[in-house]
Amino acid sequence: MNIKAYIDSGVLELFVAGQLTDQENKEVQDLMVKHPEVLQEVLDIESAIIKLSSAMSPGHNKHLLQLIKDKLKSGKKEVKVVSIEKAKYNWLTYTGWAAAVIVGAGMLWTVNQNKQLEIQVSDAEIEKGYLEVQIEEAKTDLAVKEHLLNVLRDRDIISVPLDGQGNFTNSYAKVYWNKSDNSIYIDAQGLPDAPEGKVWQVWSLTLNPLTPTSLGIIDNFNDDNNKIFNIANTNESQAFGITLEPAGGSETPTMEQLHTLGIVSQP
Amino acid sequence: MTLEILISQFQKKDEKAFEKLYGMYSNSMHGVIYNIVRDHEIAEEVMQDVFIKVWHKADSYNSSKGRFFTWILNIARNAAIDKTRSKAFKNSSKNLNAEFFVDILETSENLNDKIDAIGIGKYVKALGEKCKKIIEYLYFKGYTQKETSEELNIPLGTVKTRNRNCIKDLRAIVLE
Repeated sequence: MNIKAYIDSGVLELFVAGQLTDQENKEVQDLMVKHPEVLQEVLDIESAIIKLSSAMSPGHNKHLLQLIKDKLKSGKKEVKVVSIEKAKYNWLTYTGWAAAVIVGAGMLWTVNQNKQLEIQVSDAEIEKGYLEVQIEEAKTDLAVKEHLLNVLRDRDIISVPLDGQGNFTNSYAKVYWNKSDNSIYIDAQGLPDAPEGKVWQVWSLTLNPLTPTSLGIIDNFNDDNNKIFNIANTNESQAFGITLEPAGGSETPTMEQLHTLGIVSQP
Repeated sequence: MTLEILISQFQKKDEKAFEKLYGMYSNSMHGVIYNIVRDHEIAEEVMQDVFIKVWHKADSYNSSKGRFFTWILNIARNAAIDKTRSKAFKNSSKNLNAEFFVDILETSENLNDKIDAIGIGKYVKALGEKCKKIIEYLYFKGYTQKETSEELNIPLGTVKTRNRNCIKDLRAIVLE
């Protein structure tokens, strides 16, 4: 290696400036040991920089050394004392957690309360709906009953009681016949529910000769509440009868199943 | 006593060795720090921080990585630069952009009568403008060669030789 060229390259100046890589630093370090002229060059460069920077110093700094030493000593004396008895958590921590728990519980309670109130409100809404329906039904019912009452009070109405027949003496019914509008109201309260597959059938009868005419079947008998049925009747009826017939009704009445019969009393 | 022995004693926390090293480098570091912070009180504050750090970090110095002077210079430079970046320092609204070490040498700000700063200043003034800047950047501001080449607008490859020549001129001034 040409040491002079190496020195002249300026690498030693950069070495003092601290601008070299670890590898380059190592190289300079080795050459300083081997070649005194390299070491001397480095010392001169360093010395020049120290002289220059010292000239830039703003004043004495001897007093600073004492301050530094004092600080270093006081730093050493600062023995870290860790109290074992020192509570890990102080009262503030406990109070804080307690407050948090109380607030949390309060919030849960409030949320729960709110849910219950919501359920109650929705229950009340449903109940209100039911009541409205019931009121509506009651109104309708009342209207129907008023209508029936009016019908029964009509002076043109002919009332025909139908008595139980044969084995069905407990059965009874009543026919209200309004000749002016050719319709009858059958009050069939006294008849039992029609068994499965059977229906009540209403007949208009003339007596001489005995001729039955079907007025129709009451197929909604079991579901009806007041058991009063309005049926058209254009016949010159002399009597009314009710028989239990197979579903769909019969051409002629099944006399064994004649439950009630009533003769129209002639005025 | 050679520097190597002194440093190894210092690394064993020898107070006397520390005092000797302080005596060798304190003026230089004071100058480097002052050049950056430009405030007497702050410079003294940083000085203390630097040498306390030097004491505590003694173990981290390794001669294979460079000169002890370079190591301590690096600590001082970084501490001073950190100081200028601190909030308190910024609030004092100092504008350091145009400041150069030469300014210090040229003015009577330097009160250190032990060093012929004014005398040195007279000659340093004679250095070329680029030389003053290259020394400022590489040694006192810690710029890399690349940063220096960009700042001076000269090719990266010429920084090394340009600096070599500038230091040669400086040596002629300060070491004669």
